[in-house]
Amino acid sequence: MDFIIQNIINALQWGSFYALIALGYTLVYGVLRLINFAHGDIFMVGAYIAFFVAGFMLGPALGLSPMATFLFAVPLTMFLTACVGVTLERIAYRPLRRKGAHRLYVVITALMCGLILEYSNLAVLGASRLKFPELVEKTIWNLGGVTLTNLKVIVIFAAVAVFVILNFIVTKTKIGMAMRGISYDKFAIPLMGIPIDSIIVFTFILGSGFAGLAGLLFAMSYPVLEPFMGMIIGWKAFIAAVVGGIGDIRGAFYGGFLLGFIEVGVVTVFPSTYRDLFAFTILLIILWMKPTGLFGMPQSTKI
Amino acid sequence: MQKYTFNILMAALAVALLAMAQLRIIDNYIQAVIMFVGINIMMSTSLNLVNGNMGEFTCGHAAFMCVGAYVASILSVLCFGSKFGDPIFPEVASFFVFPFIILLGGAVAALSSILVALPSFKTRDDYLAIITIAVNYMVISAIENMDWVGGSRGFQGMKDTAWAMVDSTPAWLAGENDFPWILLYVILFTAFDIWVIRRFITSTYGKGVNAVCQDETAAEIMSVNTNKIKTVNFMISAGLAGCAGGLFAHVIGYVNPQSFNILKSTEAMVMVYLGGMGSLSGAVISAIVFTVLLEILRSQALIDFLLAPATFVFPDWEPSAGVIKWVMIPLLLVLIMQFRPEGIMGNKELSDVFPKLKKFYTFK
Repeated sequence: MDFIIQNIINALQWGSFYALIALGYTLVYGVLRLINFAHGDIFMVGAYIAFFVAGFMLGPALGLSPMATFLFAVPLTMFLTACVGVTLERIAYRPLRRKGAHRLYVVITALMCGLILEYSNLAVLGASRLKFPELVEKTIWNLGGVTLTNLKVIVIFAAVAVFVILNFIVTKTKIGMAMRGISYDKFAIPLMGIPIDSIIVFTFILGSGFAGLAGLLFAMSYPVLEPFMGMIIGWKAFIAAVVGGIGDIRGAFYGGFLLGFIEVGVVTVFPSTYRDLFAFTILLIILWMKPTGLFGMPQSTKI
Repeated sequence: MQKYTFNILMAALAVALLAMAQLRIIDNYIQAVIMFVGINIMMSTSLNLVNGNMGEFTCGHAAFMCVGAYVASILSVLCFGSKFGDPIFPEVASFFVFPFIILLGGAVAALSSILVALPSFKTRDDYLAIITIAVNYMVISAIENMDWVGGSRGFQGMKDTAWAMVDSTPAWLAGENDFPWILLYVILFTAFDIWVIRRFITSTYGKGVNAVCQDETAAEIMSVNTNKIKTVNFMISAGLAGCAGGLFAHVIGYVNPQSFNILKSTEAMVMVYLGGMGSLSGAVISAIVFTVLLEILRSQALIDFLLAPATFVFPDWEPSAGVIKWVMIPLLLVLIMQFRPEGIMGNKELSDVFPKLKKFYTFK
């Protein structure tokens, strides 16, 4: 029984990362109908930015205490990662959108931008892995054989909080209404006096900012950074978004946790090398049975 | 006679290459580059069938290459190697058996492409792209979990077949040096690949592929069996990629699941979009250009020269050519997408650009 509860808590933590990244994928897809394949690498960049921010704050220049560093690093990391995401949108996606290029070209550009981010990171910082400093002092609570650390609580709480905030923004505010409008009809929206470009930039700020938060929390939980850390987790988070039904906030959240539970379940039963195989097979089966995902709405095309 | 000029020229070029390789006018490195050009031509033209001619978006093409490479390697070791017990065939049979080994690898790869073809009946472009990437990861992950082919440590022993061919070469052909058999087969398979694709696309049946690209619903109404066309097209494309994989395994002599990951698929995609969507000659030209470019970018001296301003500012930064290469290739593709999305040739063939060429070859 303890074993099962322990694994459920681990799956909640693992699923939280997937949910956080999948929310960013879903936001951008919901507004732009564009799969931002570079999102996993923006998460990686976020982890690296968190590393440098934390190193600078803990260093001799400022010399803050670890806890204060954590509190200051969260907004700063989110802001800087959002800047990276917006830069990507400015230099790579916006010119293509202005030209009215085929969606395929935008997708390929996104894929390539992800590769550029990975390999330029490898070129600049080298292949040696970085060790993330410990910011939050680890407290371990033993609840009858189940270990719970404060970090796990922070991660799960952050995922739920981000989900609630995003849900509020998209469903209750004016800017969220504009986002839903853009995804509904991109051509009528500018006629209504809505600045389409700034809405899209805001979407990228939200998505990339939360990817940066996910990067910081991930680096705190698994404190080894490498340039390719965003590749596989980005794909998996994307799978989570697709399984939930891409373009739907709830779907991304539940899909992330579903995938976390599936993977932790596979690892407890089978050898851990089978994890990717099972994850991708489940994706294939779900897409085959329900091409629009669990929460997604089927799109009809006019002939 | 004039109609056959092109074919005769190509055959003469192949014979000249083989003769130069035999007489050691071109060394082993240049031979390897020529073989990779052939393999990359097979990859880009076969991916062009799906991405260009059918207008679907596949970005997991290396999965089929992986299947073909592994099947061909295992058959090769079974037939002529000593890893799984005694060789089945004598060494003399290697010339006749080798092409069948490669073709069988292609056939199994074609069967594995049903994994992609079946979901493609229902799903549209974005989701199909995801499915292909998922298949790429699945194939790699599945092979890494098979211990009897070495798992993630890779698999070797295919060179036995090449040596068997070399050892049983008749004396009048061998002369001083080993005859470059693998090069011969790469050239033959490249010619076969281009022949198959050309015949398929220009046939009445193959026109259905272009119809699916233009408008699937209209094609369905005009009695094109779109599901069948999609399946056949995916299988031909994957089969040719599987043949390329088998040849790749025999050129290198060692396969590893990680050498067929998403980067390999990206290489094939870059070649297709560099050449132009749906243009066979464009895919061939871009494969040649891209392979040669890759080999040029391998040189550390050139990379150092290009990055001299940056290294002057940051003296302790030492970029390695292997990494910078993978920054430059995606950058190249991003620039292509921004400034010339139609690639080198666009949707045209070489004979559309230079109409006088039509005198020199036939459609048959």
